[in-house]
Amino acid sequence: MRVSTAMPRATTLPRLLPEDGNPESIRAHLARHGRIPYRGNTGVLIRDLEQSGLAGRGGASFPAHRKFASVLENAAKRRVAPVIVANGAEGEPASSKDAALLGLAPHLVLDGIQLAAETLGADRAYLYTHSVKLGDHVRQALAQRHEDLVAVEVVVAPPRFLAGQETALVSHLNGGPAVPTFSPPRPGERGVSGLPTLVQNVETLGHLALIARYGPQWFREVGIPDGSGSLLSTVRRPDGRARVFEVPFGLPLRDLLGDPTWIGAVLLGGYHGTWIHTDQALRLRLDNDSLSAVGASVGAGIVVALPVDACGLIETARSVRYLALESAGQCGPCLNGLPRISAALTDLARCRAGRRTLGDLQRWSGLVAGRGVCHHPDGTVRFVRSALETFAGEVERHMRGQCGATRREPFLPVPSDVARAEEDWV
Amino acid sequence: MSKQQQKLRVDWTACVGNGACAELLPELIELDEWGYPVVDGRPLPVLLEREARSAVAACPKLALRLMQS
Ligand SMILES: Cc1cc2nc3c(=O)[nH]c(=O)nc-3n(C[C@H](O)[C@H](O)[C@H](O)COP(=O)(O)O)c2cc1C
Ligand code: SF4
Ligand code: SF4
Repeated sequence: MRVSTAMPRATTLPRLLPEDGNPESIRAHLARHGRIPYRGNTGVLIRDLEQSGLAGRGGASFPAHRKFASVLENAAKRRVAPVIVANGAEGEPASSKDAALLGLAPHLVLDGIQLAAETLGADRAYLYTHSVKLGDHVRQALAQRHEDLVAVEVVVAPPRFLAGQETALVSHLNGGPAVPTFSPPRPGERGVSGLPTLVQNVETLGHLALIARYGPQWFREVGIPDGSGSLLSTVRRPDGRARVFEVPFGLPLRDLLGDPTWIGAVLLGGYHGTWIHTDQALRLRLDNDSLSAVGASVGAGIVVALPVDACGLIETARSVRYLALESAGQCGPCLNGLPRISAALTDLARCRAGRRTLGDLQRWSGLVAGRGVCHHPDGTVRFVRSALETFAGEVERHMRGQCGATRREPFLPVPSDVARAEEDWV
Repeated sequence: MSKQQQKLRVDWTACVGNGACAELLPELIELDEWGYPVVDGRPLPVLLEREARSAVAACPKLALRLMQS
C-alpha cells in the first residue's frame, strides 16, 4: 500500500498524516504539534468537539461530543471511572486508512486517547488493532512517551470483519469471543468490565488531538458546514492499488477517481456500502449531504473504482461470499439468509440463475435486513441491492447466459484464507 | 407518571426459532420461512400488553424482550 498525502485543492492538508510520508517518532511528532495540550477535567474539550462538528470516522458519522457527553453522564451517575477504547480493528478488507494512521502518526492517536481519558476521568485505556505488526509498532511508540496520564494496553483483535463492531470489541476485551452481543446495554452504558466505555475510531481520536491543540475554528477551515475537517480515504483505482489520501469533506469524487474512461462503476463505503454508476459518481462530492442523493454515505471513506473490463456481479458475489462466511452465525435470519443470498448471487454471476433467483434474492434480502444483533446483515443487503440496481443491465445479460467482462483476475480485495475455526474468534 | 410506550425486540443471539411466541401472540408475531419470529418495531398496542407479556414469559430462551421505546 502506498500513502499519498499531496492532494490538489487541499492546501492546508495533510493534517493527520506527516507531510513526508514517514512514520513519526515522538520527536518528529513533538516538532510538528508540540506537547500534549491537557485541558483540565473541565468539559472544555467536549464543548470544542461540539463546535468543531467532529463526527466519528469509523463508519457511522456519529457526533463525537454526544458520545463523550453520554459516557461522562453514565460514569457520573454510577460514580465510576469510564474506559477508553481506540478502535483500530479495521475489519473491512477494502480499507487501509487506520493502518496508515497508526503506522505513520501513532502519537496523534495516543494523544487523543490521553485527552479523552483526562476529559472523562478514565483510568484505563485500550488500543485495539487488527495486526500483530501494528500492535508492536504502537507499543514501541508508547515506550517513547513520558507525559501520559493513563496506561494504554494494546490488544490485537482477531482478523475478522466483525471484530471492530463495538459490542464485539467489548466482548473480546472482556475475555470473550469477538462477536457482537445484544444491546442495550450499549458500551457507553456497560462496556469493558461493565463500566461505561467510550469506543472511538482511531482516526476520530487523531482529529480530537488536533482540535485540542488548534481549536474548533481551525478544524472547520477545511471541509463544509455539514462535514467538517478532513478524512482519511482509502481509494482503489482500476490499477488495483490501494492508496490512502487525507482529503477535505466535500471533495468532488472525480478528483479521487482519476480517468473515468477506465471505470465501470464506483463502490462507496466498502462491503457494507453502495454501488453507483460512474456518471453519478462524477457529479457527487465526498460528504453525506451529497451522497445521500444516491442512498450512499461517506462511511469509513472507502472509494473503489471498478475497472470497465470487470464484471460487477462476479465481484459482488465474491465479496458477498466472504461476508456470508464472516457472519458470526449467531442470529437465525443472518445465519440462514446470508449463505442463501450468497449462493443465489453466485448463480447469477456464473449465468446459472433460474427463474426464481432474482425473486429469492429480493425476498431473502428483506428477511435479513434489521434482524440481527449487529448491522452486518443490513450492510450486506445494502451492498447486494445496490449491485442489482447499478448492474441491472449486467443482470439481464447474465439471465440470458452472457457475461460481457473480459477481465478474469479478481479485483475487490477479499482475504483468501478466511479463517473459520471457532478459536479464531478469540 | 405517564406510561412509557413499549415495544417487542428479539435477542437474535438467543432465539432458537421454536415459534412459541408466535403461537401466543399471532396478532403481532409471525414466523419467517426459517421459523424465526418477524416482529415489527412499532409501539405495542395497550390492548395486547397482557398477551405480549405472556409471550415474553413463554420464550424458553429469554430471547423475546419488552423494552421501553
Ligand atoms: C459490522 C461492523 C463492523 C465494524 N467495524 C469497525 C472497525 O473495524 N473499526 C471501527 O472503528 N468501527 C467499526 N464499526 C463501528 C463501531 O461499531 C463503532 O461505531 C465505532 O468504532 C465508533 O467510533 P467512531 O464514532 O469514532 O466512528 C463497525 C460496525 C459494524 C456494524
Ligand atoms: S447479525 Fe449476523 S453477523 Fe451480526 S451478530 Fe448476528 S449472526 Fe453475527
Ligand atoms: S419463543 Fe423465543 S426462542 Fe422461540 S421463536 Fe420466539 S423469541 Fe425465538
